[in-house]
Amino acid sequence: MNGGNGDGDLRIGVYVCHCGINIASMVDVEKVAERAAAMPHVVVARDYKYMCSDPGQQMIAQDVRNHRLNRIVVAACSPLLHEKTFRGAVERAGLNPFFFHMANIREHDAWVHENRDEATTKAIDLIRAAVRRVGHHKALERRTVSINPNVLVVGGGIAGIHAALKIADAGRRVYLVERELSIGGHMAKFDKTFPTLDCAACILTPKMSQVKDHPNITLWTYSEVAGVEGFVGNFKAKIRRKPRYIDEETCVGCLECIEACIFKEGKFPDEYNEGLSKRKPMYIPFPQAVPQVTAIDPETCLHFKTGKCKQPCVSVCDRKAIDFDQKERIEEIEVGAIVIGTGFQTFNPTDRLPQYGYKILDNVYTALEVERLVNSSGPTGGEVVLRDGSRPRAVGILHCIGSRDTKTNIWCSRVCCMYSLKLAHLVHERTKAEVYNFYIDMRAPGKGYEEFYNRLLEEGVHFIRGKVGGVTDWAMVPEEEGRLVIRVEDTLGGFVRRVPVDMVVLSTGLEPRADADDVRRTFNISCSTEGFFLERHPKLAPVETASDGIYLAGCCQAPKDIPDTVAQAGAAAAEALALIDRGEVELEPNTAYIDADECSGCKSCLSLCPYNAISFIEEKKKAEINEALCKGCGTCVAACPSGSIIQNLFEDDEIFSEIAEVLSDV
Amino acid sequence: MSDREFEPRIVAFFCSWCTYTAADLAGVSRMKYASNIRIIRLMCSGRVDPQFIMDAFARGADGVLIGGCHPGDCHYISGNYKCLRRFHLLKRMLSDLGIEENRLRLEWISAAEGDKVKRVVNEMVQQVRALGPLDLPGRFGEWDKEVRELDARIQQEHDAGPCEAHAVKESQA
Repeated sequence: MNGGNGDGDLRIGVYVCHCGINIASMVDVEKVAERAAAMPHVVVARDYKYMCSDPGQQMIAQDVRNHRLNRIVVAACSPLLHEKTFRGAVERAGLNPFFFHMANIREHDAWVHENRDEATTKAIDLIRAAVRRVGHHKALERRTVSINPNVLVVGGGIAGIHAALKIADAGRRVYLVERELSIGGHMAKFDKTFPTLDCAACILTPKMSQVKDHPNITLWTYSEVAGVEGFVGNFKAKIRRKPRYIDEETCVGCLECIEACIFKEGKFPDEYNEGLSKRKPMYIPFPQAVPQVTAIDPETCLHFKTGKCKQPCVSVCDRKAIDFDQKERIEEIEVGAIVIGTGFQTFNPTDRLPQYGYKILDNVYTALEVERLVNSSGPTGGEVVLRDGSRPRAVGILHCIGSRDTKTNIWCSRVCCMYSLKLAHLVHERTKAEVYNFYIDMRAPGKGYEEFYNRLLEEGVHFIRGKVGGVTDWAMVPEEEGRLVIRVEDTLGGFVRRVPVDMVVLSTGLEPRADADDVRRTFNISCSTEGFFLERHPKLAPVETASDGIYLAGCCQAPKDIPDTVAQAGAAAAEALALIDRGEVELEPNTAYIDADECSGCKSCLSLCPYNAISFIEEKKKAEINEALCKGCGTCVAACPSGSIIQNLFEDDEIFSEIAEVLSDV
Repeated sequence: MSDREFEPRIVAFFCSWCTYTAADLAGVSRMKYASNIRIIRLMCSGRVDPQFIMDAFARGADGVLIGGCHPGDCHYISGNYKCLRRFHLLKRMLSDLGIEENRLRLEWISAAEGDKVKRVVNEMVQQVRALGPLDLPGRFGEWDKEVRELDARIQQEHDAGPCEAHAVKESQA
């Protein structure tokens, strides 16, 4: 391997990137390169338009050859973005890839400062620190560990279903974990999908049964991920399987037990129908549920409540599948990659936006409730009717409920305009009612979406541009009597209107699930400010997370429609497969080790390691670090009183030289 | 110090997973903050050796900022708690050395909180600017000078003391 370690023969190359004008507009890159050229041991210093481009990387390789460079500093963007790229270039140039350091003069300098002189000075400081630091770098070797080829998919909505099927089709074992009794997620509640108006069930339910029948998929519904340990390629997950009081293996889904239940009629709000219908304590969430296995709700079942039920369900089940003593179980699995597709929840307007009358005025519905009403397997068999069973003559659809407002959620939920158009079409088609859409901006950015909007315009649906101020049942004129009145400023007409309707539909937005923060902690990933899971890079790594081996799919990352969700789920599956098919993963060599000669055997470090990677060797009276267990945080290094623990890539000398140099320019 | 207005120099130690990423986000979002800060990346705030902080002050930093993941969010489970422990111990020592409290700051900043990086940096620069230069190297120089002067005086008294008496005795003899 090229390059020595002694200070005497250090030959450093410094490369200052313009990043187009991203850096060059705020940092005087020529001056920076000039100053870098005069720094100790610097043999070559250049500035270049795009260091990450092929010619930029070639330039490094050429200089390594021509000038016998043995250390490289690149001052460009964040190392979190391109450190890998440049390490690769350095390696291809014949040097150890860790004879390299990056100075972040874009994210931490050019982009955040407004004074060119100050930004230029800062860039020089950061490069001086990098130049001195890189002199201390040692040749390191990457550790490789083998990858477990199994994948855990969390969430059985369309995102999780699609990802699971793709991975399973590639021949890998998939564990699909779904919290609810059935997979299908939100999509299973929809009647039609925009803009093609194809039936949601017709495209979803075949995929649901594929999941059930796939030899490579282990499906655990009514289950949650209780904990995850380990790291890329080698995760250990604990899955909590909640009791449904029915033995899944034995039940054949004949549904006789539901028929036999002591409750002759449904009595409790049916969650699947958004509470618009009633179910029994013994139930199946919906007819096409996967798995076709009933469940007992212990909160309402007479046996659990009083212990005095005659249990007709038990006597009717000739498979003996009912098990009132079923207990929660924990399954432990090992996987190499994880795809998270935990989805979203819809905005609840009850307390947060009382002016729209939801739960106050009878005929104010959320869009999801209306999805159930228009659905032929819904509580009314597809009839759009008011609470009293009559048909509405006029329906108002209010866009952006809970979205695009600093008082509620600031973001656009992306799907509401389009699903509002879809509902407008379906309601108009079924009831012939006058349908009014109240919108702020019409957002139809997708294939066939604008065309769908045009179609609705031609169908005679009314569009009023304005954010609705409120919904009231207080009539001012006779034709408002007994109806709901929508008050809105028509911003195209330039006047305030009162529009009487019989039914109000609130197009509620999408938001992170209430427990997204707990899920985030379980998987050690991050959330963006609004609470959706954070992708590694918004453009270049949209399905990866900051934790290697954990990928995102669907609305848990941000609101998106079904085509985008499926595309992202496919991408997440491809990422997971790409990782697994490598067979092994290279780990950062930033682990710590103990210099046995220096170790005093004080044991200070032992209790600090969260991974129990440090053990005390009694015979030698010295501590030792198991490199395979060390994750490279450096906590023990900072605590060692004798300075005998060394962290690769973050050695004391390296950090001290950075401190010294960022402060040396007085 | 020159006639120019005092510009504080702040060294920051940010953990790679949360705060360093947040600083990247601040950049990507083009937020603007004071340029007085120099960020050094560590894998975890648990790696922040108190010596790094002392060294920074000794080399002329006017303030030191440490950034880590929020409690419970540490990528390495508990490194940030270890950092917190050391931070409190070090703070006591710094006050004994006459280094004002606001010169050392620990902040939990998650990867999503680019705006917090901006706020914290700006706040800290403002506070440290109000405190004025720490100039620990200068103070060391003064302390060294004082010690040297004291040494010299002791030496002088020592020379003058018994030696003089001795000299007097000798002359009498």
